[in-house]
Amino acid sequence: MTSTTPLQDSTAIEARQEQAEEAHGDFRLFGLATFLVADGMTFAGFFAAYLTFKAVNPLPEGGIYELELLLPTINTVVLIISSFTFHRAGKECRAGQLGASRLWLGITGALGAIFLAGQMVEYFNLPFGLTDNLFASTFYALTGFHGLHVTLGVICITIVALQTRPGGRISATDHFGLEAAELYWHFVDGIWVVLYGILYLL
Amino acid sequence: MTLASPSDFEDNLQPQGWLRYFSFSLDHKVIGLQYLICGFIFYLVGGALAGIIRTELWSPMSDFVSRETYNETLTLHGTIMIFLWIVPVVNGAFGNYLIPFYVGARDMAFPRLNAVAFWLIPPAGILLISSYFIAGAAAQSGWTAYPPLSLTTPAAGQVVWILSVLLLGGSSIFGGINFIATILKLRRPGLKLMMLPLYCWAMLGTSVLVVLSTPVLAGTLILLSFDIIAHTGFFNPTMGGNVVVYQHLFWFYSHPAVYIMVLPAFGLVSEILPIHARKPLFGYTTMVYSIMAIVFLGLIVWAHHMFTSGTPPWMRLFFTIATSFIAVPTGIKFFNWLATLWGGKIALNSAMLFSCAFIVNFVFGGITGVALAQVPFDIHVHDTYFVVGHFHYIVYGGTVFVIFGSLYHWYPKFTGRLLNEDLGRLHFLLTFVGFNLCFAPQHWLGLNGMPRRVAEYDPAFTTLNQLSSVGALLMAISTLPLLINVVVTAINGKKAGDNPWNALTPEWLTSSPPPVENWHGEAPLVTEPYGYGQHLEAKA
Repeated sequence: MTSTTPLQDSTAIEARQEQAEEAHGDFRLFGLATFLVADGMTFAGFFAAYLTFKAVNPLPEGGIYELELLLPTINTVVLIISSFTFHRAGKECRAGQLGASRLWLGITGALGAIFLAGQMVEYFNLPFGLTDNLFASTFYALTGFHGLHVTLGVICITIVALQTRPGGRISATDHFGLEAAELYWHFVDGIWVVLYGILYLL
Repeated sequence: MTLASPSDFEDNLQPQGWLRYFSFSLDHKVIGLQYLICGFIFYLVGGALAGIIRTELWSPMSDFVSRETYNETLTLHGTIMIFLWIVPVVNGAFGNYLIPFYVGARDMAFPRLNAVAFWLIPPAGILLISSYFIAGAAAQSGWTAYPPLSLTTPAAGQVVWILSVLLLGGSSIFGGINFIATILKLRRPGLKLMMLPLYCWAMLGTSVLVVLSTPVLAGTLILLSFDIIAHTGFFNPTMGGNVVVYQHLFWFYSHPAVYIMVLPAFGLVSEILPIHARKPLFGYTTMVYSIMAIVFLGLIVWAHHMFTSGTPPWMRLFFTIATSFIAVPTGIKFFNWLATLWGGKIALNSAMLFSCAFIVNFVFGGITGVALAQVPFDIHVHDTYFVVGHFHYIVYGGTVFVIFGSLYHWYPKFTGRLLNEDLGRLHFLLTFVGFNLCFAPQHWLGLNGMPRRVAEYDPAFTTLNQLSSVGALLMAISTLPLLINVVVTAINGKKAGDNPWNALTPEWLTSSPPPVENWHGEAPLVTEPYGYGQHLEAKA
């Protein structure tokens, strides 16, 4: 049942480590997914707070704002498209087309940047500030916390795109960084869709 | 069998000897002991603060410390004991040390993340304690930091407190992710989930709670810090905010936090009892399902802390029933432990004494818990010393007793030496008597209406308070035999050998202390970690 392997030299250790890795597969994506569940719970807490505020805390006279829907809707479309472009980048990478993968990553990063720019434009044109009332504070907290995630995502995409250069860390067989960034990006998109629904449409 | 010396496995970048305990070591055993010792230092600090509280409460007037200092002291005491002693030790210390052995691995799934999780704790702790010395501005709104109290008390200390708790929450989440990945993904081939020692199940359940609930606390505290720093009004009623939302979000973490503190203790006790009673653990499968039931129920009972916060009747009804239900899986575990002891060949050593005392203490704490879940009774004793007594029976009588028992049980694994039994029993006696003397009278105080978190009280309560303070003094003295024991036996204690308890769980099937990568050769496949009276004794 238990066989013992004498381990005298470093090659034996490396061989054993490789064996262990084969036996277990790569669980880094699993770890990231667990983290995203935790991150999602932070958003869930914010959403629950926002919905409760909306349900039980009436806003004062003149404190109810009509939100402009056009820009956020365009932003939503931009973000959803970026999920597909990232998916395409991953597909190209696995097929060994690193150049094409880099191109699609570039498009994804650009779409992310467009989203952030759109967010900034919206912020500057809103009729309320952070401390104006409960809705205003919650609005900025939710969109700001999500914007932070998008910013982080764009940084990750830039790093991953740079790593697909010839001689970079990412290859057709070894592309954990790209997959991790992709999973994260889909998560950020998914959160936005929920956020858009309850903040703008509800 | 060729035994490779540990140096064969060494990554030469890692420092050796005692220095590694001060380094960014990636070895799960080093990190486990870092958690343990760091946590114990914070336990002494938190204990000293408890000493200030009990000294102040010796007399009805606030004559030892001012009212503000009293509030600051109880805030820091609670925060340190929960976030820097119990959670890191019962999860981080024993979890990191034992889980890789139990799953037959050489380290945790993410060793670097593991080291990061530990090294977040000392800076957070130092930050928290340093805030105590901001003159007149330390956090004084209790470990719950309820607004509007936390918004109207001095801001500086409260913000430092929030920052520190956020760091500790991050550490806890990283640890939880690591445990889940290790238990689910890093098991040695052939090791099925239902073969795992029970502590793995307890840590799996705990980690699920950590991952699901801690982020909610983090989000809540970020909103609270916005209220304090940027003057938003999330939880400020004068600005249209809602304090009850804070309570809901806070208790969504902080009720599961009780299980984050207690479930691992359940797991550790389930390891200790079979070994020292020489019997298989009774009802393994029901134990596993009970843990999962507690995890599920633990997530949906938070509002039983809020029966006086204007909760509507339907909510009271739901949370009362759900909370009472937790007694069922918990009761199953208790009867399983008793059945494990029943007819066993019990060795009443220090590890066993602490574990058995845990059962007694936790039954008291559990029964008062069921009582507190009933709305009419809860409203009567809400915010009184009854709650303080109940809580300490759970986390001190429950978890801290198990931590001490585990220390006696696994110390030979950590060091290769046995702790002195006489000093161990003295430690147990002082702790057990001191603990019950300190916290049992608080139930009477609470029933008679003594509010908690107030520096002064009605002179009619003096005798019971003094009794409680004497108990606290005994508890303070009880740490002396422990400290002497640990230091003296580390230097010239009795050699333990590799497996002093003749245990079958995997961590004892290697040398004590274990080699750097845990096993000499391949990890053994342990299919029956509790097979006592079946294989080992038959051979002997």
